[in-house]
Amino acid sequence: MGNNTYGETTQSPLTYNQMVVDVIAEAQVDRVFHALADRTRRDIVVRSMQAPRSVTELSRAYSMSFAAVQKHVAVLEQAGLVTKERSGRTQLVRGNPETVRRAAALLEQYEALWLERAGRMRDILTTDNRKEQP
Amino acid sequence: MTLVTTSKDLDALTMVVVAEFDAGIEQVWQLWADPRKLERWWGPPEWPATFTRHDLVTGGESRYHMTGPDGEQPGGYWQIAEVQEPTRFVVRDGFTDEAGNPAPGDPVTMEVMLDEKPGGTRMTLTSTFASAEQLDEMVKMGMEEGLAGAIEQIDGVLAEAA
Repeated sequence: MGNNTYGETTQSPLTYNQMVVDVIAEAQVDRVFHALADRTRRDIVVRSMQAPRSVTELSRAYSMSFAAVQKHVAVLEQAGLVTKERSGRTQLVRGNPETVRRAAALLEQYEALWLERAGRMRDILTTDNRKEQP
Repeated sequence: MTLVTTSKDLDALTMVVVAEFDAGIEQVWQLWADPRKLERWWGPPEWPATFTRHDLVTGGESRYHMTGPDGEQPGGYWQIAEVQEPTRFVVRDGFTDEAGNPAPGDPVTMEVMLDEKPGGTRMTLTSTFASAEQLDEMVKMGMEEGLAGAIEQIDGVLAEAA
């Protein structure tokens, strides 16, 4: 519980130190869940996990404009759910299943954050009670 | 004697923290309502929180930032949806952009309930993430469509890297 290791060695802002973890974890949970709240975006993640897809290909699949799909992809990219890579003149979108698993781990980080907060609340109540009853 | 328990529901993406404090309900309420008290526990010692605005009333708003060891200041906001002093309130806790406005992304909903019990106060905090069902659906859907295989693949890669 809490102190999860993610098994990743590079690129994760979550490895700097525990305090950064707490702050980043909250932001990351928020981003991931927001990104997955939309049906099209969920579908993009699933499709791009099966195979890298171009934005053009995706926009055909959803009968959406290139720009609209690009917007969805940008939200997913920010949440770390997909990555974009260039292949010649096209940009390929590739799904990142690790982030889905990380969401579960982030929930544990969030839990650890609240355990610490409850501990500090207790300390304040104890200190303040002592002051009031010398 | 302080008791803290937590439980999470991964499917519903909710997390419940129950803490029992040896203090009266009014004192525990003040930990939330008084911004100077709130600042003492919201952020870890290395990331102290500063509430520049805080109004724990129905329809009220709060703004805060945390200050990191390198001077970075991530900011957040609360939208206070419901308040029944001193037993219950519901806030939506989200992040702010550089200008201090709510950033895109769904906030986390926190419901805090306080109950008096012999010798103290029980606090029950339920955090709900905005798109719990969607995440659940996503995971299930992904499993059907080959995500399980992709995860195994990634696990393999990670094991090699380790």
